[in-house]
Amino acid sequence: MHAINYESPKTIDEAVKLLAAHGEKARPLSGGTDLLIQLRAGTRRPDFVVDIKHIADLCKISFSAQHGLSLGAAVPCLEIHENPHLRRHYPGLTEAAHLIGSLQIQSRATVGGNLCNGSPAADTTPALIALGAMARIAGPGGERTVPVEGFCLSPGRTVLKPGELLVEFQIPAPAKYSSDAYLRFIPRNEMDIAVVGVGVALTLDPANDHVVAARIALGAVGPTPIFATQAVQALVGKKLDDAAIANAGTLAIAAATPIDDMRGTAEYRRHVVGVLTRRALAIAATRAKASA
Amino acid sequence: MVHKVIVETTINGDPVELLCEPRQSLLEVLRDELDLTGSKEGCLTGDCGACTVIVDGRAVCSCLMLGAEAAGKHITTVEGLANGATLHVLQQKFLEHASLQCGICTPGFLMSAKALLDHNPNPTEGEIRYALAGNLCRCTGYDKIVKAVVDAARHGVGASQHGKVPTESTAEVTRDILEREKR
Repeated sequence: MHAINYESPKTIDEAVKLLAAHGEKARPLSGGTDLLIQLRAGTRRPDFVVDIKHIADLCKISFSAQHGLSLGAAVPCLEIHENPHLRRHYPGLTEAAHLIGSLQIQSRATVGGNLCNGSPAADTTPALIALGAMARIAGPGGERTVPVEGFCLSPGRTVLKPGELLVEFQIPAPAKYSSDAYLRFIPRNEMDIAVVGVGVALTLDPANDHVVAARIALGAVGPTPIFATQAVQALVGKKLDDAAIANAGTLAIAAATPIDDMRGTAEYRRHVVGVLTRRALAIAATRAKASA
Repeated sequence: MVHKVIVETTINGDPVELLCEPRQSLLEVLRDELDLTGSKEGCLTGDCGACTVIVDGRAVCSCLMLGAEAAGKHITTVEGLANGATLHVLQQKFLEHASLQCGICTPGFLMSAKALLDHNPNPTEGEIRYALAGNLCRCTGYDKIVKAVVDAARHGVGASQHGKVPTESTAEVTRDILEREKR
């Protein structure tokens, strides 16, 4: 690994100053499970590594049934999975966090790092998009907020400009009779990179099981995670029966733009998008009904 | 100009102050600076688990953490398991069940198993297999390792009951829901 400088600021302001001062030569360090591998491989060569885990706000989970969830960018995946409130109200997000690597990886890896790494196959990103999460970003010119579906630009590239730092995710309070789900397909039981990942969130009308709101997001089937808006529009206002679920699956397939690679062919990935979308919708619906 | 960093940390119960380069991983610091060579270097990508140590109660890959990040943390390595000449129950059970052959994966397996039993003293076999999924062994076929951990749990290794984590796996929940749908 090339020589680096290590900084561990205590506040967001200090971190932003450091990141702004060193521009492209600085890289925030969250869990490090991607960054250290990239430093060793020489695929990223920052001179300054800015450890953000000493900033209290970035390590915080705050949840209330009224205001929803503020999830610090540097909270490790295992802490998310172990949080009883999050498991109850955002089970899709907690299962995505619990699918990343081994327990050793989940002890360090963070949802913020997962997003900023910019991999199209990031497991937590479709789960965040499904929940309508907003990314709060601090920078030299002040703060801004970006919907997670607009955060990734291409593999490894995000909207973060030099000097900017992802601070937290703001996730809306769970509506009544709503839930979420994340499913990932890999060719083995654990510990692999997604061939396809699908996150969905659903709100149903308890009177007639009609869809009040829905969001569907796809991972590993395009250069960035994909928000499948047409599949969502076709669901809203309809009764969530087999035909509606099948139609959403077909429209999700249409939103995917996969490539052939070592993990699967484009044709296979399209097929799996349909399967996982249908299953995730069914699971989210079951959970939504159970939540009432 | 790169400056070395001073790191104050606690390793196997002892306060330690050390000087390291910021680019050195915790694994390199343990092995090369402190001569704690029990933790092994395997893949350096977080896949094999040979370098597993416990940091503030959690199993982590020491190859994926900088030495500088150890500041203020409590770290347990395989050297911290035995009490003098008395082996830790996990070590004893690994011997009794012949859970090692070449031995390079063993320190990592021991530390993952310890982290599990510290949080969950009575794990199911499924929970044990899940907790050890981040450790690779090319010799034993895993069964003997799992048996040793089952046996160690039966002998009450998980003395510290605090910090017990919920153990219901979401994969199980998902499977259950899908099963229900089929019926």
